[in-house]
Amino acid sequence: MSSRQPFPFSAIVGQDEMKQAMILTAIDPTIGGVLVFGDRGTGKSTAVRALSGLLPQITAVAGCPVNAETRAACPEWATITDESLIEKPTPVVDLPLGVTEDRVVGALDIERALSHGEKAFEPGLLARANRGYLYIDEVNLLEDHVVDLLLDVAQSGENVVEREGLSIRHPARFVLVGSGNPEEGELRPQLLDRFGLSVEVASPRDVETRIEVIRRRDAYETDHARFMDAWAEADAILRDQIVAARSALKTRETPDATLRACAELCIALGSDGLRGELTLLRAARALAAFEGFETVEIQHVKAVAPSALRHRLRRDPLDEAGTGARVGRVVAEVLG
Amino acid sequence: MSGPLQRARLALRLLAVDPSGLGGAHLRARTGPVRAALEADINALPGPIRRIHPAITDEQLFGGVDLSATLAEGRTVRAAGLLETPCTLVLPMAERCRSDLAARLGAALDRQSHCVIALDEGVEPEEGLPPALADRLAFSVDLEDLSLRDIGPADPPPTGARRTDAVHVPTGAISDLALLAESLGVESPRALLLALRAARAHAALEDRAELEAADLTVAAALVLAPRATRLPQMEDDTPEAEEEPPPPPPPEEPENAEQPDAPAQEQEQDMMIPQDLLLEAAAAVLPADLLARLAVGSSGMVRAGGSGAGQQRKGNRRGRPMPARQGRLDGTNRLDLIGTLRAAAPWQPLRRTHAKTAQSLHVRASDFRIKRYKEMSDRLLIFVVDASGSAAMTRLAEAKGAVELLLGEAYARRDHVALVAFRGEGADVLLPPTRSLVQTKRRLAALPGGGGTPLAAGMQAALEVGLGARSKGMTPTVALLTDGRANIALDGQADRQAAGADATRMARLLRGNNMPGLVIDMSPRPQRPLRALAEVLDAPYIPLPRADSKRLSTAVSAALDA
Repeated sequence: MSSRQPFPFSAIVGQDEMKQAMILTAIDPTIGGVLVFGDRGTGKSTAVRALSGLLPQITAVAGCPVNAETRAACPEWATITDESLIEKPTPVVDLPLGVTEDRVVGALDIERALSHGEKAFEPGLLARANRGYLYIDEVNLLEDHVVDLLLDVAQSGENVVEREGLSIRHPARFVLVGSGNPEEGELRPQLLDRFGLSVEVASPRDVETRIEVIRRRDAYETDHARFMDAWAEADAILRDQIVAARSALKTRETPDATLRACAELCIALGSDGLRGELTLLRAARALAAFEGFETVEIQHVKAVAPSALRHRLRRDPLDEAGTGARVGRVVAEVLG
Repeated sequence: MSGPLQRARLALRLLAVDPSGLGGAHLRARTGPVRAALEADINALPGPIRRIHPAITDEQLFGGVDLSATLAEGRTVRAAGLLETPCTLVLPMAERCRSDLAARLGAALDRQSHCVIALDEGVEPEEGLPPALADRLAFSVDLEDLSLRDIGPADPPPTGARRTDAVHVPTGAISDLALLAESLGVESPRALLLALRAARAHAALEDRAELEAADLTVAAALVLAPRATRLPQMEDDTPEAEEEPPPPPPPEEPENAEQPDAPAQEQEQDMMIPQDLLLEAAAAVLPADLLARLAVGSSGMVRAGGSGAGQQRKGNRRGRPMPARQGRLDGTNRLDLIGTLRAAAPWQPLRRTHAKTAQSLHVRASDFRIKRYKEMSDRLLIFVVDASGSAAMTRLAEAKGAVELLLGEAYARRDHVALVAFRGEGADVLLPPTRSLVQTKRRLAALPGGGGTPLAAGMQAALEVGLGARSKGMTPTVALLTDGRANIALDGQADRQAAGADATRMARLLRGNNMPGLVIDMSPRPQRPLRALAEVLDAPYIPLPRADSKRLSTAVSAALDA
């Protein structure tokens, strides 16, 4: 079953906020990770796995453990047997819950140490996820020391391993996607803040939408080839939009009014630190690029504000409406 | 498909048709002849069957270093984990399954490589499978209260069984299931998908090329009904015109049928099954106590606090072991001998050649692995809220506000909370220990007021919750909110004097059990008896009239740190 292609991204019914967050981070990975919290069975994992089918392929050195773009960019510790450049799908790496630190960061390659008597580095999941996505389902159940480690690497973009007489560093730039169900336990606020965007997903409420969800899923499972064909075009259009937005990203201008709006919004919400403001701006810029605007408008800020800010508020655990609604209220107040 | 056993057997036969697609089954039965009969059926399932247990380690699940082979061969030899090869996993004592194991199994189920049969031996309604796992298992059958007599001979083995994806699904079938799910209050799209797969599997089992009404009925009874969160409105109970948002309405069906592919429609139109028939099929197997369960806000599948309560580990050096980590022996931690040997094993040939001394075993400091346990001596804040008539009259609303404040405090400290309310003749545990504050808030908001003040009963319930939590390694603290006019004694008699004496007795018992507390007086004027009670409890006494948010937080912090 694993040989089957992932479910097409465009065929996911509804869940627009989650899809938007994924697309924005695909356009500008510096936005940071995405945190998806919500009901079970709402397509959280499906959306993440769909990314590998949706995103444009990357050019990488075939034998490079960190998917480096050119031979020169490969880390010097890696012995590269195949130097040819190949196109491969954007890596989307699953981080299983029971993972050990060694498998995440990499460790000494014992076999080579024994047979050749040399210290060699066996890259871990972080190396594989370079230039792609790292996905953790049930992130709130992951052991704390692994989460700390991941966030640290995600932030610095570099994995440094100092152990067993090894001193290795390699680039590890990836978008961290975590998903979970708040009923299983909540994330520490320090961790929440490290994710760029945060979205909440809920089961679709109306029957029609649900029927459509099931119909598509059923078609995907039973009539796989035809279903993939039918959605290939929609995915291709989206892919082109993302590629275009990526190249347009640098030339987008941000008027002072927009900057001011971002700042005012963050002050009104009392979100700590500047990270929120920066993420808000980046996400708004990515959205502007995606929608083909020349300048970043207030409307873009409005559209991304809930995702960019909801997890940065001083959390009121008793606010049943959720922080998303609070952001919405303040957005309406501040930006009109 | 009459009794639960028949349903369970049918579920197993469907699992045999499509094990990985359906995910598995959740069977609730305690050891006995019924379960023995079921186990025989389970063992007859095709494909490899492995038994796991709730305390299974990651190494067994995901694979790890095979120590003896590694030592023998001088190179790392990995042993394959159970999740690496497709198989059917049988999980007895599933009610002891922790949410982290549930998440690991859930991930395996998402890859559609495994099938999990959870044998749940839970006795109390709160015991059960973690929702993250239960949600992914198609079937759920409760086999409690079955006697020997009910066990019939096993069904004959399935004959037909074509491929499930060769079964044609008529357009109307999906909307039929969706509407049913809606009227049963089943929200997860996954449930719907599993129902469709079950219907397919049933059709395949019966060797039919197209889904029929019988298949949908089976799916309704086996997959959707156990997940129901509300009682459906039967057609004959309510006139159709009055039915509001969750309509199992005939008018909508033609519209659905019109949607995508029109050509194959005519023949499908007549096979569509009237919604009420389907509803009846589901309603027939709805748990009898559904209403009772709904009243406390939990239904069989999604148990309130199912994961929150079970997550506790005993503190310090006990509890569930976690993977050993490299570390230094500093006297406070313990060496994991096996882990250390395992780490040292592959190096032996190399070290032997370089060693100056003739040792048989070369262990270096870098090999040391330290044992780690999950140690979470979590705090538990038990709110005992007076919801009696007198309290309701005065300031139940304010008391709720105060509890919310304390909840905020508890959240900041990552504490667990439990909620006990007392009114009328006794006390109810509204919420067993959980970390879900939203749930607590919801329960609190829905708390009605009225009746007498069985203060002692409330404290007794708190004591029970507290002792239970302590045995799971938590540190309980009792926060009592009342107006102090105890007038119902422990035996339910309306006797002010006996009630007061009982309350004092319970307070002494709480103190004797070393349970720190906090008394918040919610009456308009501070009550002398309550202050006395607080003294017996050896707990801070805070009259609410003067308790602003800051004072409350400091008082709670002080009580918690004591």
